[in-house]
Amino acid sequence: MTATTVAIRHRLAERGVDRQMLLLVPATVFVVALFVYPFAYGIAVSLQPAEGGLLAAYQAFFADAYQRDTIGTTLAIALPAALLNVVASVPIAYRMRGRFRGKRLLTTILVVPITLGTVLTAEGLLNFLGPAGWFNRFLVTTGLTDAPVRLTNNYWGVFFSLVITGFPFAFLLVLSYLSGIDPSLERAAATLGAGWRQRFFRITLPLLAPGLATTFCLTFVLAFSVFPSAILVGDPSGSTRVISIAAYEAAYVRYDYAGASAAAIIMGAVELVVIAIVLGLRGLLYTGSTAGGKG
Amino acid sequence: MTRFERLRLDGVTRQFAGVDALSELSLEIQRGEFIALLGPSGCGKSTALNCLAGLLPLTAGSIWRDDVRLDTLPPERRGFGMVFQNYALFPHMSVQKNVSFGLQMHGVTRAETRRRTTDAIRLVHLEEHATKLPGQLSGGQQQRVAIARAVVIEPSLVLMDEPLSNLDAKLRLEMRTEIRRLHQSLGLTTVYVTHDQEEALSLSDRLVVLRDGRVQQIGTPEEVHTRPANRHVADFMGYRNLLPGRASSGASLLLEPSGVRVKGTPVGSVNDGDPVVAAIRPEDIRLDGDREATVDVVEYQGREFTVEARTDDGLMLHLRTGTRLSVGDKVRVGFPPDRLLLFPAEAS
Amino acid sequence: MRRSIVASPAAWLVWGTVIVFFVFLTGIIGSVVVNSFGLRWFDSWLPEAYTTDWYGQAWDEFTLLPVLTVTLIVCLLVAGISVLVGVPAAYVLARRRFPGSRFLYLLFLLPILMPPITYGIPLATVLYKYGLAGHLSGVVLANLVPSIPFVILTMTPFIEQIDPAVERAARMCGARTRHVFYRILAPLLVPGILASVILVVVRTVGMFELTFLTAGPDSQTLVVALFYSMSAAGIRAQQSVDAMAVIYCVMMLTLLVVALRFVNPTQLVARVKEDPE
Repeated sequence: MTATTVAIRHRLAERGVDRQMLLLVPATVFVVALFVYPFAYGIAVSLQPAEGGLLAAYQAFFADAYQRDTIGTTLAIALPAALLNVVASVPIAYRMRGRFRGKRLLTTILVVPITLGTVLTAEGLLNFLGPAGWFNRFLVTTGLTDAPVRLTNNYWGVFFSLVITGFPFAFLLVLSYLSGIDPSLERAAATLGAGWRQRFFRITLPLLAPGLATTFCLTFVLAFSVFPSAILVGDPSGSTRVISIAAYEAAYVRYDYAGASAAAIIMGAVELVVIAIVLGLRGLLYTGSTAGGKG
Repeated sequence: MTRFERLRLDGVTRQFAGVDALSELSLEIQRGEFIALLGPSGCGKSTALNCLAGLLPLTAGSIWRDDVRLDTLPPERRGFGMVFQNYALFPHMSVQKNVSFGLQMHGVTRAETRRRTTDAIRLVHLEEHATKLPGQLSGGQQQRVAIARAVVIEPSLVLMDEPLSNLDAKLRLEMRTEIRRLHQSLGLTTVYVTHDQEEALSLSDRLVVLRDGRVQQIGTPEEVHTRPANRHVADFMGYRNLLPGRASSGASLLLEPSGVRVKGTPVGSVNDGDPVVAAIRPEDIRLDGDREATVDVVEYQGREFTVEARTDDGLMLHLRTGTRLSVGDKVRVGFPPDRLLLFPAEAS
Repeated sequence: MRRSIVASPAAWLVWGTVIVFFVFLTGIIGSVVVNSFGLRWFDSWLPEAYTTDWYGQAWDEFTLLPVLTVTLIVCLLVAGISVLVGVPAAYVLARRRFPGSRFLYLLFLLPILMPPITYGIPLATVLYKYGLAGHLSGVVLANLVPSIPFVILTMTPFIEQIDPAVERAARMCGARTRHVFYRILAPLLVPGILASVILVVVRTVGMFELTFLTAGPDSQTLVVALFYSMSAAGIRAQQSVDAMAVIYCVMMLTLLVVALRFVNPTQLVARVKEDPE
């Protein structure tokens, strides 16, 4: 080994670069080949429509109200669902952050809908909330309504399916963020004379807020990618025609690959914009250690 | 064991992000020597040890075992053993497996491995714990396993990185004796890193005092203790009284701010009129002197008292005495000239 | 925290919401299960009679044996490959900071953050172009996209909790890189690897979009077959679709029970720390 190669190797090693970096190669190759390349390919395809100029596929998407409105439809389902899931999680998680008997059982039951996924949830919702399902039967029998309420094959069916799978997800995340906040901080506030309302709003909530932003983002991603339930329990040609359906139809019904890629990329862009806004707002909050004192 | 006569560090330098963590450490270690690297945290002593071990590449310099250049070899091929600060035992292996791991890695035969493992475990008195996992052992026992694991491969050099710092005071004293005993009975060559000057003095044959990545002094414990090379070494070796002043007519100085003249022993070149620092240990200040001081704080230390006293001209002094004193008492202090060292005051 | 004996209205609201949620959940799963055993069930609380015939019918009509075999093979391949590829990468990312490491981490995070449809459609197009889609290999490749990053994310905390000094100690004992991996890291990482394998399997069984976009007629997994039978409702008896849903459900719940032996429920959702004990 010559002195110069040793020196170069030392200099690289000092910056954290050495032979162990080779271990990164397979994973990077996979992600580049199966994620980055297809994405770039999709962008290239979307810029080469069968007819028209470079941006014709995008122009077509935005010119056609039937396509364009899918963005609004998707956001109208995903944003309220994600917001409800996060907002409902906070008081429930706040109440359950301590240790109590059956907590593990409770969290286990909560993972069930996440594990089952949207397809099975859709099937169950069709049975349960359908016109002859148990829920409507209960409403009619108790006299709360005269006729069955229509809760499937429309906006509400999709909304319910997103809450059933999204709420436990948000709840478990919020719960883990809450457990990360040192309980002695609240006790310290209590010794200074703060009531529970002040303790929650002045101490816990500000520390929890960045976690809530992250939770919102992750829940929103789940809700935004709604596809099977929008078809199965929704109204896929009308009120729940979400953007993923538009992309899917373009690709596999009309075989318009430029249009499909354009729709997929618009979908990704819209999602990233929402996430960027939320994370941007999160940047204004205190983000740091939530432990009290030495960590 | 690899036979060798000396280990040589030649201008060993290590930078982190362009800043020297260790600069130009040159040192010759004779076979069988016990060397302590001593200094406050961040002085570069752990960097030096890791460079020696091969866990950190050098920025410049070289390491030699007789005529073999070592710094280009990976740690596993240098043939050194190492004891880590937090022991770093393999948590999933029993004591026996921890100790025999190194022998297996070196391709020692199975029978030989068994024999040497048993010997090493006996050496550190852990026979009845041989099948336990590290998690089931106390801190002191874990430390013994770590030592057995390091010495079982009969390394040409044993590196110890503050091995006693996680132990309580009583155990630390016991293990200190143990380490010295092992070093002598096995004829090991040891480099030992510590920030505890007492530990370094009691264990080592030679001391290397480091500060800000630079060697301040290399010498026997006695040399470093009685003749520190500069005011930093003095400060670190327990000269708690550092009095500013100005040199005047050779071996005496005028203390600031009072201008009182005292006699001392200059270390290094001290010219008249230079700013100097006079250093003296608390235990070297006599209590039958001619300068009056008032006792401010008294701490009981077992056999002795540590006393903080203030002279009439405003000097704050740390003393040690066997007689009980109370706050407000008057004492008469004096500085033996051979114990009061005068160092050039460098801009710091 | 002090607990008052009489629950406050807020507590009632919280527990009420939880109970309503569980009622819905029970209703959703229960109605599927009951329907799959029901003989005739039109306008009543429960079916008039019960049968298990729908299961046999579903088994034959939907050719469930091959579907289950495909599901199993896909899961094993995806889990195996993503562990082999993901764990070494997770190791480097957990241990080192180098120029571009943050960028690389973000790159590995993106496939989890993006809706599967957005990259699934171009990915399927690319896979079809190279003749990889429409059969098993396409399904496996597509499912690797979120799985490898997921393994990296799950493994990182497991690797971070191994003291790097243990690896250094092994080196000082004379162990080569290979030995450090096989003798020291691998045994210590077994719990983490088990956890991530099971999590990947759960996600792959449930992954609808990617499999749907890349599967051919012979390479459908259970969830895709279920989707097809549901969207073709009316052709088949609803009960046999439900029977298939129950089979899917049982499979998922079994996996869940197995998974929970190795991970805590929160880990199924995201990479988070367990509550401080």
